[in-house]
Amino acid sequence: MPDEELAVKSAPPPGARRLSRRRMLVLGGLGGSGAVAALLTRGVEAADPPAPSAPATTKALAPVPGDRTSVLIRMQDDLQRAMAKPIEQRKWTMVLDLTRCIGCSACTVACKAENNLPPGVVYRPVLEEEIGTYPNVRARFTPRPCMQCDEPPCVPVCPVAATYKRPDGIVEIDYDRCIGCRYCIAACPYSARTFDFGLFYTSSAPEKAPYEREPSHEYGRSWTRKGDSSPIGNVRKCHFCIQRLEAGMLPACTTTCVGVATFFGDQNDPQSLVSELIASPRAQRLKEDLGTKPKVYYLM
Amino acid sequence: MQATMPQSRPSRPSLGLSIAGVVWVAALGLGLVGVVLRLATGEVHAGYGSYIPWGLWVAAYVYFIGLSAGAFLISALVYVAGVKRLERIGKLALFTALVTLFMALITIWFDIGHMERFWEVYVYGNPSSMMAWMVWLYTAYFLLIIAENWFALRADLAAMSRQGGLRGVVGRTLTFGRTDVGDEAVQRDRGTLRVLGTIGVPLAIAFHGGVGALFGVIAARPFWNSPIFPIAFIVGALASGGALITFVTAFFWPDRGTQEHRDLVSFLGRMVLALLALYLLLEWAEFSVGLYGQVPSESDPYRQIMTGPYWYVFWFVHVLVGALVPLAVLLLRPRSMRWVGAACGLIAAAFIAVRLNVVIPGLIIPELKGLNTAYVEPHLSFTYFPSLMEWLVLLFVVAIGVGIFYAGNKLLPLATGDESEVQR
Ligand code: SF4
Ligand code: SF4
Repeated sequence: MPDEELAVKSAPPPGARRLSRRRMLVLGGLGGSGAVAALLTRGVEAADPPAPSAPATTKALAPVPGDRTSVLIRMQDDLQRAMAKPIEQRKWTMVLDLTRCIGCSACTVACKAENNLPPGVVYRPVLEEEIGTYPNVRARFTPRPCMQCDEPPCVPVCPVAATYKRPDGIVEIDYDRCIGCRYCIAACPYSARTFDFGLFYTSSAPEKAPYEREPSHEYGRSWTRKGDSSPIGNVRKCHFCIQRLEAGMLPACTTTCVGVATFFGDQNDPQSLVSELIASPRAQRLKEDLGTKPKVYYLM
Repeated sequence: MQATMPQSRPSRPSLGLSIAGVVWVAALGLGLVGVVLRLATGEVHAGYGSYIPWGLWVAAYVYFIGLSAGAFLISALVYVAGVKRLERIGKLALFTALVTLFMALITIWFDIGHMERFWEVYVYGNPSSMMAWMVWLYTAYFLLIIAENWFALRADLAAMSRQGGLRGVVGRTLTFGRTDVGDEAVQRDRGTLRVLGTIGVPLAIAFHGGVGALFGVIAARPFWNSPIFPIAFIVGALASGGALITFVTAFFWPDRGTQEHRDLVSFLGRMVLALLALYLLLEWAEFSVGLYGQVPSESDPYRQIMTGPYWYVFWFVHVLVGALVPLAVLLLRPRSMRWVGAACGLIAAAFIAVRLNVVIPGLIIPELKGLNTAYVEPHLSFTYFPSLMEWLVLLFVVAIGVGIFYAGNKLLPLATGDESEVQR
């Protein structure tokens, strides 16, 4: 993701925002993925042509919401409005349209790259399920970020209060405080937390690859993994790419989502796309019965 | 504790003692390899991962801390309730409680990702966390046990300080100059002990119940989320700790074979029998209700315990070796010291299976369908078997514990009550 990294470092000054940011999004944020950009700007019907030869085995994807403005640009505008408000008035929310997810795991990989995650640490795997038996079979793909629960069970269990809910609802981990007891992993009903065991992808190579020596930019700081210093020995999880939000960008998974199945924005803003989507009768949350009140919704 | 301990204290090392010594040194050496590996490479070589985040060490920690709480509560029968028949094992029980607590603490220390930050629990402790409470309570308990051990041993240490050799040095050092052995001083120690013990009983119950609650409060894990856990943990602690004390009393007592010793062991044996039976009753309640429900998230962990890949931990180690065999022995041979001692040794040792079957099954069912195959990388697995490093570190802890216990038994007046026949 070289384009995105560049964009992180050189976020445009607040004056010349609107247009330049749109361009950056489509050109940079999508990593030059022309097909997807085209899909976004074209109409809904054109994006999902029905397969004429095998109607029984294919299914049209759900329409992309909001066909007048492209989805990413609309969410980008939502983001800017939210960032202009005081932090406690934002309520970051993610919506995942399971009828649009194609199970490509591009979001998983984009997240790995954005946050420079080592082996064994994954913030957003895509769960795959096969439903039915051949020939009446279909697949369901469920991306699983941290739910940023409004009543997060991972928070009260932490013996040193190293994990807590921010005013904007994101559940954060203080890497310098966390003792690595993994009690929060046990307490999370969504398995959204993984432990940094200190592995490297290129540890058997003569020299660690440069990307593994690069820092990750989490929670307002740069963290270089080496020896036993944090975040090694800590629990890690999805944080909706706070570092990108602060630079005026959508989370990496959202801009990368090939199926246009990931939506992000401020639930407190009635004009935002996510506010519109979570009002859908299709909107559900995982394990609703637990009362954790996730801020990640699934359009089932 | 370990069957490798010598059975008597001859002046020259016997063959048995030499073998035990060699085994102990080998265990310590191997264990050290594990510890060095842990310290040098962190948790890279751990068998647990992010989906099964706790493993052998956490189970061993719960096991040791249960032994400690059980041994302590038995000492309280002496120092608080004043049970005369157990009078002479008071000090032994207290010392056992101290050693096993120490073992528990080092085990759990190796388990945390940032060992150097354990002090944060005291400074930044979060009162809503059961884990923080557990740490605070066992710290208080640790200090209290040290104090109790001192008051229980002081008079005997004072007497010992008049001897020559190492025991004299130990006696002189540990009395901190308080060598008064007059009736009044001894009575004062006794009074202090009663006060400390009285504080200690609720403390031991609270912190071991707290360990149970640590699991019980996790609503995300239906298997753990049960109000029976705190109670079962305390009863289990009493059964396993009591069994350990009985084993030690049966085989490491200075004047074995006397009528008094026989009475003591058989009394302890009956007590352990009752406690084990009570524990099994609670376990029956837990398993039968859990299994009968037929709600998979509830019943699958029990099925896994009984028919999963590690069925033998439950059926062989726990049910057969840890319960049925010792129950039969305790019922059929209640007056034989050796049989009772051996049966209790089995109960105490096999109780680790119970602890493993609390920690692991709560974690092996994926919380979301498809998670096990969603992203495949090291440490993202729903199967667990302890890695070599984990076994070696545990071996180290056991070797250290046995070593301290042996040294304490040799150097401290643990089994005295009637000095004349014991010292030397
Ligand atoms: S999904 Fe898990 S880690 Fe994320 S806030 Fe909820 S309980 Fe915490
Ligand atoms: S692993 Fe870290 S964040 Fe999680 S409960 Fe332990 S100290 Fe808190």
